[in-house]
Amino acid sequence: MKETKKLSERLKRVGMQEQPADQRRQNFDEVPFGYNESEAITEARRCLQCGKPLCVQGCPVAVQIPQFIKLIAEGDFAAAARKIKETNSLPAICGRVCPQEEQCEVKCILGKKGEPVGIGNLERFAADWEREHNVIELPPIKPPNGRKVAVIGSGPAGLTVAGELVKEGFEVVVFEALHEPGGVLVYGIPEFRLPKEIVKKEIEYLQQMGVKIEKNVVVGKTITIDELFQEEGFDAVFVGSGAGLPSFMGIPGENSIGVYSANEYLTRSNLMKAYEEGANTPILRGRRVATVGGGNVAMDSARTALRLGAERSIIVYRRSEAEMPARLAEIHHAKEEGIEFHLLCNPVEILTDEKRFVRALRCIRMELGEPDSSGRRRPVPVPGSEFEIECDVVIIAIGNKPNPLIPSTTKQLQVSKWGTIIANEQDGRTSMPRVYAGGDIVTGAATVILAMGAGRNAAQSIAKDLLEPEDKNEEAEEDRSPEE
Amino acid sequence: MSRILRKEQLSEQVWRYRLEAPRIARKRQAGQFVIVRPIEGQERLPLTIANADAQQGWIEIIFQVIGHGTMHLAELNEGDEIADLVGPLGQPTHVERFGRCLCIGGGVGVAPLFPIVCALSAAGNDVTVVVGARTKDLLILQQEMAVNSRRVIVATDDGSKGFHGFVSGVVQDLFAKGEKFDLAVVIGPAVMMKAVSALTVSAGVQTLASLNPIMIDGTGMCGGCRVTVHGQTKFGCVDGPEFDAAGIDWDEMINRLTAYRPLERQAIDRHTCRIERQTSKVL
Repeated sequence: MKETKKLSERLKRVGMQEQPADQRRQNFDEVPFGYNESEAITEARRCLQCGKPLCVQGCPVAVQIPQFIKLIAEGDFAAAARKIKETNSLPAICGRVCPQEEQCEVKCILGKKGEPVGIGNLERFAADWEREHNVIELPPIKPPNGRKVAVIGSGPAGLTVAGELVKEGFEVVVFEALHEPGGVLVYGIPEFRLPKEIVKKEIEYLQQMGVKIEKNVVVGKTITIDELFQEEGFDAVFVGSGAGLPSFMGIPGENSIGVYSANEYLTRSNLMKAYEEGANTPILRGRRVATVGGGNVAMDSARTALRLGAERSIIVYRRSEAEMPARLAEIHHAKEEGIEFHLLCNPVEILTDEKRFVRALRCIRMELGEPDSSGRRRPVPVPGSEFEIECDVVIIAIGNKPNPLIPSTTKQLQVSKWGTIIANEQDGRTSMPRVYAGGDIVTGAATVILAMGAGRNAAQSIAKDLLEPEDKNEEAEEDRSPEE
Repeated sequence: MSRILRKEQLSEQVWRYRLEAPRIARKRQAGQFVIVRPIEGQERLPLTIANADAQQGWIEIIFQVIGHGTMHLAELNEGDEIADLVGPLGQPTHVERFGRCLCIGGGVGVAPLFPIVCALSAAGNDVTVVVGARTKDLLILQQEMAVNSRRVIVATDDGSKGFHGFVSGVVQDLFAKGEKFDLAVVIGPAVMMKAVSALTVSAGVQTLASLNPIMIDGTGMCGGCRVTVHGQTKFGCVDGPEFDAAGIDWDEMINRLTAYRPLERQAIDRHTCRIERQTSKVL
C-alpha cells in the first residue's frame, strides 16, 4: 500500500511557481520563478537513476543527467551545477530555453506512465543556485597548447565551441558583429523568457575561463576568414554566424510604416532596450498588433507587444494549432496572457492609411489539404474568404535565411542552394580545411541547444585536427628513439 | 572602443571626427559606411566613411546634429573613446573609367560624396562636383572637393554664395548648356535626391543614389532598412547603400524615414529639458 502511494507520487512532477498571467503581461520580468531548494530536492528524488539513461541520449550536448540530479537529491547543489558544466557551459540558459520535452524529458521512463522528471527545471535550479550563492568555480583548464581558434558569432553555437576549446588549452577569440555578445540570446529571446543578466553572467564565466570576445567585428567585412588565417595567425575558424536574414512574405504593403520583421521588433526591444522608459531607440508601440507566424519567435513577438502596451495582440498562422512549431509551453503561456490566435488564415495584403501607416491586415481563410514535404498538412486558401484584422503594427515572424556575408566573402566555402554552409553534422567540417561551421548557418533556423550540440561536435573535431596529428608524430618519434 | 583623434567643427551643426580604426581604415572602400554608438545605452548611428588613411589607421566621419544620437556624439571630445564602432559596411561604389561624371551633394550629403569623388577622379574620370547648402556658412568640403575634381559648382538656397537656388537648378543649367555625362552620383536629403535624380535619369544618365534608411545592425539582420528598387525589396545595409536611382521607389523611401519622427521629437525635448535642468542647477 505504502509502495503504491510512493509510485503515484513519483508520477507527478513538482510544478514551478510563476507570475500570474494578468500581472506578468504588464512587465518584462521572468515568468517562472524556478524551484526553491525543497522543491528541487523533491523533484530530484523522483529520478529513477536508470542504469542506461535514455535522457542522456536525447541531449545534444550529453549532459550527465542522472548524476547531476542525484547530487541535487543529496543537497549538493554546487556539485550538481559543476557536473552539468562538464559538458554544457551555459546551463542557466539551457534550463530555460531548451525544448526538453522533445529531447531529454521525452525519453524519461517516468513519462511512460506519468510526468517525466523536470530535467530542465532542475538544470535551471542548479545553475541559478550556484550563481546566486556566488560559488561558481572554474573547471580545470589545460595548459596553453599554443593553438589559436577564431569563433565567428557569439550565439549559442559559438559560445559552446569557445567554452569547450578554452578548457582544452586553446587560445580562443570570439568575433561578434554587434555591440554586445550573445547573439540570438540577447537580441532575439525576450527578457521575460531569458533574463539578460543571466546571459551576461554565463558569458562572463566563459571569459573568466580565458575566452576573449571582440565585439564590433563583422567577419566578411572588417576582416575575412582568409585574413584570420594569414594575417592574424589563427589555426582554425569556427563559423556560427546564425540565420540572420529575415524572410518577408512578399505581399503588397509590406514596406509600410509599422511593419517589422520579428528580428527588428525584438532587437529594438531586447538589445536596444526600447521597452525601458526613456530609451533612445524608438519602437512603435501598437495598440493592436498582429504577428504572422507560429513559432517561438512569433510567440516572443506577440507577448512582447502585449508588454509594450498593446490592447490586443494577435497571432496569425496559416495552419492549425497542431502544426504550430512553437513549444507547447510557449503557446500555453501566450494563451494565458490573452494573446488571440487567428488560425488557418494567411495574410494577403497590408492596408495603410493616407500616411502609409498600417491600418489593417487583410487575410484569407485556409483549410488543410494533403500533407506537404514537411509531413504537415498543406494549407489551401478558401476562395472568397478574405477578411480584415484591424491593427497598427504587423510583425513578420515567418523565419530567417542564413546571412550571406561570410559565404559571399569566402570563395572556398561551399554553400547549399538555400545559402546554408555545407558542413558535416558529426564533426562540423566544411569544404575548406580548418574551417568548421555549426548552428543556424548550417541547419537554417533551429534551436539554441541544437546549435550548442553542433558547437560541441565541432569543438571535438577542431581539438582532434589541431592536436592529434602532432601527438601521433611525437609518439612515433618517442617510439623510435629507444631503438636508436 | 575607438578614440577620437581629432574633432573639428565644419559648420554650425556639422562636425568632422577622426577616429582610430586600423582594421576599418585598411578595409574600407568609397561608398561604405560605419555604425557608431557614441556611449553605452545609445542608439546605433549609420554614418558614411568620409575619408581614411590605411597607413595611419584612422577613418573620418562627418555628421550633422539632428537627433539625440548625433547630439550625444557631438558632446564627446578629442581623446574620448566612442563606445562602439563597426564597419566597413555596405557595398563599395563600383568605380571604373566612365568618362564624364557628375557628382551632386546636398547638405551633409557632401561628406559621403567626397570619397566617391576622389575614387572616380583617381580612376581617370572627368569629375564635376555640385555642392549645395541652405546658406554659405553651411557649405562643407569645398576645398577638398576642388583639389580632387576638375571643377566644383556651389549652390546656396539663399544665394549667399554661388548659384542662387537648389542643386537641381545647377543640374538643369548644365543640361541646358548641352553638357553630357556618363554617370551621375547623388547624395543628400531624400527629397533632394528624388528631385535631382529625376533630372539626370530623364537626361539618360546612369544615376546612383546613396540612401540613408533607418537601420539597426547594418548586417542584414533586422530588415528595417528595406527599400524597393525596380519593384524588388532590397536591404539598404547589405545590398546598398547605393542603388540605381531610376528604380528607387522614392515616395516609399521618404515615407519610411518619417516612422519615428514624433518619437524622435519627444526624445530631443527630453534631452534638452535635462540639459536645461542641469544648467539651471549649476547656475
